[in-house]
Amino acid sequence: MSSYTFAYLDEQTKRMIRRAILKGLAIPGYQVPFASREMPMPYGWGTGGVQVTAAVLTPGDCLKVIDQGADDTTNAVSIRAFFAKTAGVATTTRTVEASVIQTRHRIPETALGEDQILVYQVPIPEPLRFLEPRETETRRMHSLEDYGLMHVKLYEDIARHGHIATAYAYPVLVEGRYVMDPSPIPKFDNPKLSGNPAIQLFGAGREQRIYALPPWCEVVSLDFEDHPFDPSKADHACGLCGAGDSYLDEVIVDDAGGRMFVCSDTDYCEGRQAQGHRGKDAA
Amino acid sequence: MTPLLSVEGLNKTYGAHLGCRDVGLDLFPGEVLGIVGESGSGKTTVLNCMAGHLVPDRGRVVFDTRAKGPRDVLTMSESERRMLGRTDWAFVHQNARDGLRMGVSAGGNVGERLMAVGARNYGRIRQTAEDWLTRVEIDAARIDDRPTTFSGGMQQRLQIARNLVTGPRLVFMDEPTGGLDVSVQARLLDLLRGLVRDMGLSAIIVTHDLAVVRLLADRLLVMKSGEVVEHGLTDQVLDDPQHGYTQLLVSSVLQA
Repeated sequence: MSSYTFAYLDEQTKRMIRRAILKGLAIPGYQVPFASREMPMPYGWGTGGVQVTAAVLTPGDCLKVIDQGADDTTNAVSIRAFFAKTAGVATTTRTVEASVIQTRHRIPETALGEDQILVYQVPIPEPLRFLEPRETETRRMHSLEDYGLMHVKLYEDIARHGHIATAYAYPVLVEGRYVMDPSPIPKFDNPKLSGNPAIQLFGAGREQRIYALPPWCEVVSLDFEDHPFDPSKADHACGLCGAGDSYLDEVIVDDAGGRMFVCSDTDYCEGRQAQGHRGKDAA
Repeated sequence: MTPLLSVEGLNKTYGAHLGCRDVGLDLFPGEVLGIVGESGSGKTTVLNCMAGHLVPDRGRVVFDTRAKGPRDVLTMSESERRMLGRTDWAFVHQNARDGLRMGVSAGGNVGERLMAVGARNYGRIRQTAEDWLTRVEIDAARIDDRPTTFSGGMQQRLQIARNLVTGPRLVFMDEPTGGLDVSVQARLLDLLRGLVRDMGLSAIIVTHDLAVVRLLADRLLVMKSGEVVEHGLTDQVLDDPQHGYTQLLVSSVLQA
């Protein structure tokens, strides 16, 4: 494909995005503004993640794209095809083979390594957005570490529901400094953010923000002493592979209320099945 | 005795418009100071300049901080000023909606300042919030209700609870009884007087209602056209006004 620059974006744009990424890595959790470009997909489909991926991709990379943990959903298939076409890089569905993984709403179950980059698609980068609508004010709150309001939200959760009902996009404190929205990953995945050997990059296209977690950086989920953070999941084992430690999707299988629970990470589930593990619903 | 708050030569103009000119005052610990004057006389400008909501053109606002002694508030960094704003200072707005988070329950409103200074125990935050709701005569059963469901008087009392929960030493009040009906005003004043006495608070109350300062204030400042025209003990100023404007103000109060 000679009609495209490598990985779609022109070199100056990639340079601008890389500068934002480097700044983000230098200040973990800080939202770096960047001049987000129009991408050939609608906002909300991962325009931020795609730009970050385009900026970090090299010809030798192997790309994996997941959406809600699955490799075979529309969003994942389209973005994978997009980079296969515009960058000509190898693609894979296997977590261990990938050097760059773009993700929406999940962190893979398989532990990542130091030679991997995880790129998150972020719809709303500002964790304080629904608490304080003024962007000028939230920026000042970040700069002054004025984070009492974040706990007010958790307080309201407990007051109303008896427990912290926030189940995804659960706010975290990065390296004891910046409060960060981890993108809408389930809170089950929050512990994997911390001390992760991989580079974690977050791109929000519509909101024009990039932020990052360097390898091995400390990420703490906010909580109360008497209501500690609980990375909960459905209380079942995977119906296909029998895994008891993975995040599960609930699938309705008939009109009579029948349901099964399956791993949301398809690569993890298939890998386990290939090793001979079987769940109770496996054919 | 070191004054808790000492203001010197405060000047503020809005373009060609005068806000206040050469305002100075000393507030001693445990004292309640009233600032009265007609609408547009610069009362609220002075209050906002002292509380750090407005930046004055000239002047000094020296507060006797707990840790570092007297410091000029205007030259502090913003983070220090914010810290002060949620620990040692409190600001009661005329309109409770300006001082409350209307989308957050009463308990969350009271607990916000506690959480902002590092409280991380839900049970204790809630207990403190319940205590304070009771102290301002709000039924503790309404702790999970939003302020939108409260009456005007209750909202104002909730705002006071939210401000006093961290045990501030200085409270700024901007027309705390404005917009409330007379019987609710009386109860609120009673409550405020009790709290000020019990907690040994120092307070600066801006109002145009002479009855309010008569009840609450130890000393009085009378402002007209951005300047202080008279100051002294409350009873002295109200019973024997010296300046022509003060005489007019006192004589224009309707006798019920």
